Amino acid sequence: MRRKVIFRNRWLPYLLLAPQLGVTLVFFIWPSLQAVWQSFLREDMFGLSSTFVWFDNYRVVLADPGYMAAVRRTAVFSVAVALAALMPALLLAVMVDRMLKGVAFWRTILVLPYAIAPAVAGVLFLFMFNPSVGVVARMLTAAGVDWNPRLDGTDAMILVVLAAAWKQISYNFLFFLAGLQAIPKSLLEAAAIDGAGGWTRFRTIVLPLLSPVTFFLVTVNVVYAFFDTFGVIHAVTQGGPAKATEILVYKAWYDGIIATDFGRSAAQSVILMIVVIALTAVQFRYIDRRVQY
Amino acid sequence: MHSLHDRTPWLALIVIGAGIVLTLFPVWIAFTASTLPPQAIARGDLLLPGAEGAATYRTILFEGARTSRMAAPPVSGLLWNSLIMALVIAAGKIAISVISAYAVVFFSFPGRMLAFWTIFITLMLPVEVRIVPTYQVVAGLGMLNTYAGLTVPLIASATATLLFRQFFLTIPDELVEAAKVDGAGPMRFFLDTVLPLSRTNIAALFVILFIYGWNQYLWPLLITTRADMDTIVIGITKMIGAGDALTDWNLVMATTVLAILPPALVVLAMQRQFVKGLVDTEK
Repeated sequence: MRRKVIFRNRWLPYLLLAPQLGVTLVFFIWPSLQAVWQSFLREDMFGLSSTFVWFDNYRVVLADPGYMAAVRRTAVFSVAVALAALMPALLLAVMVDRMLKGVAFWRTILVLPYAIAPAVAGVLFLFMFNPSVGVVARMLTAAGVDWNPRLDGTDAMILVVLAAAWKQISYNFLFFLAGLQAIPKSLLEAAAIDGAGGWTRFRTIVLPLLSPVTFFLVTVNVVYAFFDTFGVIHAVTQGGPAKATEILVYKAWYDGIIATDFGRSAAQSVILMIVVIALTAVQFRYIDRRVQY
Repeated sequence: MHSLHDRTPWLALIVIGAGIVLTLFPVWIAFTASTLPPQAIARGDLLLPGAEGAATYRTILFEGARTSRMAAPPVSGLLWNSLIMALVIAAGKIAISVISAYAVVFFSFPGRMLAFWTIFITLMLPVEVRIVPTYQVVAGLGMLNTYAGLTVPLIASATATLLFRQFFLTIPDELVEAAKVDGAGPMRFFLDTVLPLSRTNIAALFVILFIYGWNQYLWPLLITTRADMDTIVIGITKMIGAGDALTDWNLVMATTVLAILPPALVVLAMQRQFVKGLVDTEK
């Protein structure tokens, strides 16, 4: 899409674009190309010289049981975070939508966690679920649950999923609520006159009309769980205990920055890049369709 | 016959009440812990605030948490770093995106589509997928442990550029023609007409980008090694250490409350712009 009326100037548009393109090329495009290039190199043990090894880094990464375990772990983590962030958000949005008054007030409070950094959400949950001083951990212990996320991998995974999902519920809630409020009330009233009860109306009218929003939110939540939860993991478990919460982004960071294995970290980065490109493509397909409607 | 709102929505009130409790409880506990002595925290008496708050906040803000187990810098400095980072990133992203969208929409020039796609592609290249090489570029430019290193590499924004582009496409041709008849050049038109029209979009973006900048984690973790250059979010996780019973939770939670306050206040004060920004940036 273009404008009919435009300005003519030989150099001004380039000048206006220069800062954005400069930052993009230096800090986005160039490092990304470097990541692809490094993924084909292997450094000697002193880091003095490197040799071109074709797909060896990928072969090593994909044959590494540790990496494949991280792939499975990330899948479990993402699905758990998406479900734990979407279901309560939908329930809350449906309930707030039913209120005749105070919608803006409830919304204001319920969206607050959006302002909280994932790492900070992690710290809040770390404190509540700390086995020795945590309020919730005490209740769990009193109820006879053997709770210790610092020793038990499953407990640790539950903890990071809860922290990551808690922060994301607010975002999903806002989009579900907007989707619900866009459904024409006359449609629901007509169904009610025909004798459809609340649950039937929800199942046959509301859910289908919400499906574009739901689909969009699923991709956003998966992207969030894959990439934005680094802070949660780093603050709460450092990937432990015994790598039980080491998701792919955390592993790529650890192998590259802490273990300084650049080639293998780069290969992991490129694999993650392909994941983002795929997810973004899915998201934009959805947006294209919404524009056509 | 059923109607839509036939009785008092008790179920809705109960669910919303539970939602509010789940939303506010973690923050409330952080607040009460920040006002209690460590002994009370160890006992688990956390539901009501104590009287130690003023002293605890004064200590961490101006002296830093210097106990036998940790030596954290004063939180006032960390807050300042976070504030600079959030403001520069928000203002920088808006500034360079508004002018690049203006160039793409209001001019025709060779390489226009190439420029547009180069900006667009950054959507698919978050820091998380190019950690080591990005660190190497910043290190090579001598930008480690500087405000420039914390902010400049993050201010490219495909989202903001796309948003402004979409908005600029709706500006009527008549306005541009009128400006041309009046003899206004492109920069005059930009400053006198386009920028004022973009006010609400800029405000909405500002809220979202301020929160984005304030809540950065992996980036400052990579770029800063000096404790006095840490942001407050990084500062908290450094204070926790092993996260065991020996952690001074009252100090950690006071810092946590201070880390939550600025972005939460921005969301509360600019509620309308926040909702608009959130919805717009996902289009």
